Amino acid sequence: MSAALLETTGLDARYGDFQALYGIDSAVASGETVAIIGANGAGKSSYLKAIAGLIRTEPDSVRFEGRPIGGLGAANILKLGIALVPEGRRLFSSLTVEENLQIGSYARDVAGPWSLDAIYALFPALQRRRAAPSHTLSGGEQQMAAIGRALMSNPRLLLCDEISLGLAPIVIRNLYEVIPRIKQSGTSIVLVEQDLAQALKVADRVYCFQEGRVSLSGRPAELTREQIHLAYFGH
Amino acid sequence: MLDWIGTIIQGVLLGGLYALFAAGLSLIFGIMRLVNLAHGDLIVLAAFAILALASWFGIDPWLATLLAMPAMFAVGFGLQQLLLNRTLGRDLLPPLLVTFGLSIIIQNGLLEAFTADSRRLRLGAIETASIQLGGNLAIGVMPLLTLGSAIAVILLLNLLFYRTALGRAFRATSDDLEIAQLMGIDHHRIYAIAMAIAMLVATVAALYLGAGANFDPTIGPARLIYAFEAVIIGGLGSLWGTLAGGIVIGVAQTVGAKINPEWQILAGHLAFLAVVLLRPRGLFPRAED
Repeated sequence: MSAALLETTGLDARYGDFQALYGIDSAVASGETVAIIGANGAGKSSYLKAIAGLIRTEPDSVRFEGRPIGGLGAANILKLGIALVPEGRRLFSSLTVEENLQIGSYARDVAGPWSLDAIYALFPALQRRRAAPSHTLSGGEQQMAAIGRALMSNPRLLLCDEISLGLAPIVIRNLYEVIPRIKQSGTSIVLVEQDLAQALKVADRVYCFQEGRVSLSGRPAELTREQIHLAYFGH
Repeated sequence: MLDWIGTIIQGVLLGGLYALFAAGLSLIFGIMRLVNLAHGDLIVLAAFAILALASWFGIDPWLATLLAMPAMFAVGFGLQQLLLNRTLGRDLLPPLLVTFGLSIIIQNGLLEAFTADSRRLRLGAIETASIQLGGNLAIGVMPLLTLGSAIAVILLLNLLFYRTALGRAFRATSDDLEIAQLMGIDHHRIYAIAMAIAMLVATVAALYLGAGANFDPTIGPARLIYAFEAVIIGGLGSLWGTLAGGIVIGVAQTVGAKINPEWQILAGHLAFLAVVLLRPRGLFPRAED
């Protein structure tokens, strides 16, 4: 395995008095796809938010390409090459589909595999709806646009928060079919996912979170159902 | 009959001036939900800047306005970056208090620098020029230029909003601040640019304010009321609505004055109240929020 692209050491995260993460140690190698699994409230989303800079953290607790990025703020972290697909899609409602994609490269417009044309090739449905207001899209189309928007910055690391949330199984399957193609482009991926089967299928490695701590990690093939069940629920 | 048509035309043209006062306010509220109580005083500040530049360099006010624009752009950028950005947050009260204080500081600063004397921007023959429309109907060139400028300003702002990358960033920041930051957008900088642009519009408004009537350091707040009414009549966040709102107030005022000269101001406020009662969200509310 090559040197870590992303590394967290003793990562804590708090919302006011509530502590969501307790000393998370994790690493994502260049080109790797890592899934974060766990029950509701285990701290999965907080982990992504902490990396993306939406939650303040100690500078040294998050390192990207060897440099401390904790507390830099979301806008600066995006510019370094970390893009987050937020939970619930959260497209900009007064922007069209194409404008939502364009805003993805507003602050980080670098050469790379992803452009409007490449996103439309990945998600042909978006091309047909390019001029539509984003709130008129179906849930699946909105999720495609949210993934496309994040890819437009040609990130080194793509963070995906529950992309299957609230979608029909067939739509989820279609969305997950593009993950290998994103991977092939060289982008590293961290997925937070409730849908265990999908997560284990696409991931090179998984971390299971339980009450803000890592309860299990390893390669999907090496983990048994019982281990995962125990790590999920703790009993 | 003809003089009523004339009255309504005068009202529409007057509405152009109110729309110019209000456009900057509407822009700022639309992007950062900031109610700028010093907006009227900043317009008066711009009028004095035009006056001072015109007399220092011995140039006419048109040219002085062009010189004042970059200066006011810088004032807006600095004001937002150094002061107002620190007041923005979940609580609506701090920006209100700070801009209220700013209003008083600007008025007193201008009183110190320029005294309480009434001033006027002198534009020469064009001030009294008019175009005959046949019959007894004539419209002044300056009011026509004012309305034309208001339309041009709102057209340009809409092009900026809907045709440029910066405009997309403005709308995205207004839609969802947290996600805008995830897109790498520095919202404090976006706000500073928005305030700078609002001050460019304020400088244009200042030229027509100063050329159309006498002004002194204390008239800002009274002008601000018309601007607020125009924004609310039009619907928050809609620039064309703001133009329509200005015209509603302008027409109400001239029609009121026609019936009884004492009713001018009152008629404008009554029109505002009527719209708020009948259409609480304004004439052209945005589809979202």
